[in-house]
Formats: sequence, structure tokens, C-alpha cells
Amino acid sequence: MKYFEDIQVGDSYAVGRHTFTADEIKTFARRFDPQLFHLDEAAAERSHFGALCASGWHTAVVWMRLMVDHRRGLAEAARARGEPVPALGPALGFRELKWLKPVYVGDTIDYRSEVIETRPSGSRPRSGLMTILSTGFNQNGEMVISFLSTTFVERRPEKP
Amino acid sequence: MPKLHWEDFQPGAVAVYGPRLVTREEIVAFAAEFDPQPMHLDEAAASGTILGGLGASGWHTCCLMMRIIVDGFLLDSTSMGAPGIEEVRWLAPLRPGTRIRVRSTVVETRSSKSRPTMGLAKMSFEVLGDSDATLMTLTTTFMLGRREPAS
Repeated sequence: MKYFEDIQVGDSYAVGRHTFTADEIKTFARRFDPQLFHLDEAAAERSHFGALCASGWHTAVVWMRLMVDHRRGLAEAARARGEPVPALGPALGFRELKWLKPVYVGDTIDYRSEVIETRPSGSRPRSGLMTILSTGFNQNGEMVISFLSTTFVERRPEKP
Repeated sequence: MPKLHWEDFQPGAVAVYGPRLVTREEIVAFAAEFDPQPMHLDEAAASGTILGGLGASGWHTCCLMMRIIVDGFLLDSTSMGAPGIEEVRWLAPLRPGTRIRVRSTVVETRSSKSRPTMGLAKMSFEVLGDSDATLMTLTTTFMLGRREPAS
């Protein structure tokens, strides 16, 4: 975990990976995206996707879960070393989200994030803003998702 | 056969879908599964955060919006999905007990250069809370089947 001042453009990290099962694809779709190509194998085969595939929102929120776990691991390691844990968040939103390829049953998606911009915050002097590019690649090395998001990061406190 | 084709999406057209009551239980359940940060999980922990109290994950708001528009018009359309999302802004927290609605606006439409049976419709969405406060905005472009192929 880094304070805003210590974050460099180009910092990148493996967020985690996840294998999408038919059950979880359908369970997610029933709750949030009940289109037939996310719910039913036979209907999906007749669709332009050609086979059952995950809702794009499902592909995105799995990144969020893995990112929260990744950050929690870093925070626990920092605490174990007796170091402070800089505050992170909230995010303002995201942009340029691209669903580049369908995520099919059994696909394993490997998520990465990279810092592409840092800038001061006009509204919050104790924080800076970090923009990251997050991507997910399937087991064939094909990019399936990419998006940009901007988050507040705590600045290093001034010594009293 | 779906009723809504690309030709039915007219620039400037506005529609409102919902309402949908968002409960504390579903906010916490979504967060526990997909975004387990304290401000989405627990009132006491959330009160000390920037949200100033329990609020839904922004991704949950996206997913709830998706469900509302799938039920509202997408299932009744020739939608072939969206290649992505241009932009999402989380403007205000979505609190437990809020009745949300989604206001959609067709921003522009165009034919597909490569596929004469398909057209594109750029749409903006606002997720509205109580007193019509805007909680989130989202812009995306849908791919839709045409009633008549482009000549």
C-alpha cells in the first residue's frame, strides 16, 4: 500500500484470476442480466455469441472482488510490518470500459491493473487522484475486458 | 419476435423505468460477494468512511440499473449487447431503502458500416433516487438489429 506521493505511473500488479463456471454465470444473470445468452446453453448457441457466456457486468465485478482481496492482503502485510495503511477510495466512476471478447464457461480470466496517471485533487487537499488501466486476459492470452478508473489516494501526512 | 428494433430508437426519446426498492439485505449481500469494503457491509464501519453511512457498491448500482433496463426494454428489443461503457459516474451514495428509477435518453443513432442488418444507438442513463436525486450516470452504445437492412 502506497501513499499518493509514492505511486509511480507504470506501477502494475497482478490483481488475481478467476474461472467462470456455468452455475455462477447463470446465477449472476438471473439476478442482474437475464438475457438468454447468459442463462441458457441452447439459446446461447443460437445467438451471435455461439455459446453460454458471462454478463459483461459479471466479468467486471469479479475484478472488483479480486482487487478488494488484493488490497486487503497488502494492507495486512503493511500492518504486520508496523507500517501505516494509506486510505484508498472512493472511486469516482470508470470510463472506456470495453468488453472485447465473450467470457465463456470454463474460461480463466487473469486480471491486471496499471497506474497510468496521477494528479492532485482540487477538492480534497489530503488526497491525490490515481487513474488505473485494468485488463482481463483469458487462458488464450486474449484481452476480454479493459477499463479506466480514477480513485482518491491518501497523501503522506506531514510530520508535525 | 421482439418489438423494438433499431429504427424505434429515436434521438431525444426519454423513458423512465422502475421503481425498484433497494434493501439493506441486498446491498450487503452484493458487497459480501463482489465488493467487501466496510462502507458497503456494515453501518458502524461505514459511518467512519467517506460515504458517511452504509451505501451500495457503485458496481451494484450498475448491476441494478442493468436489471431495470433489461426488464424495461432490452428483452423486448433486438439488442445484441453493448461493446462497452463509455462512462460511469458515481455521484451520490445509494442508501438502503431507496426506490430507484432509471431515466434513459437516446443520444444518437447511426447505421453500422460493416453490418447492414445492425444499427447502433448511443444512450445515456441516470439512476435516480428519492426526490429524483441523480445517484449515477452511465453512457453506452447498444448494437441493435434493424427491421429493414440498410440499402
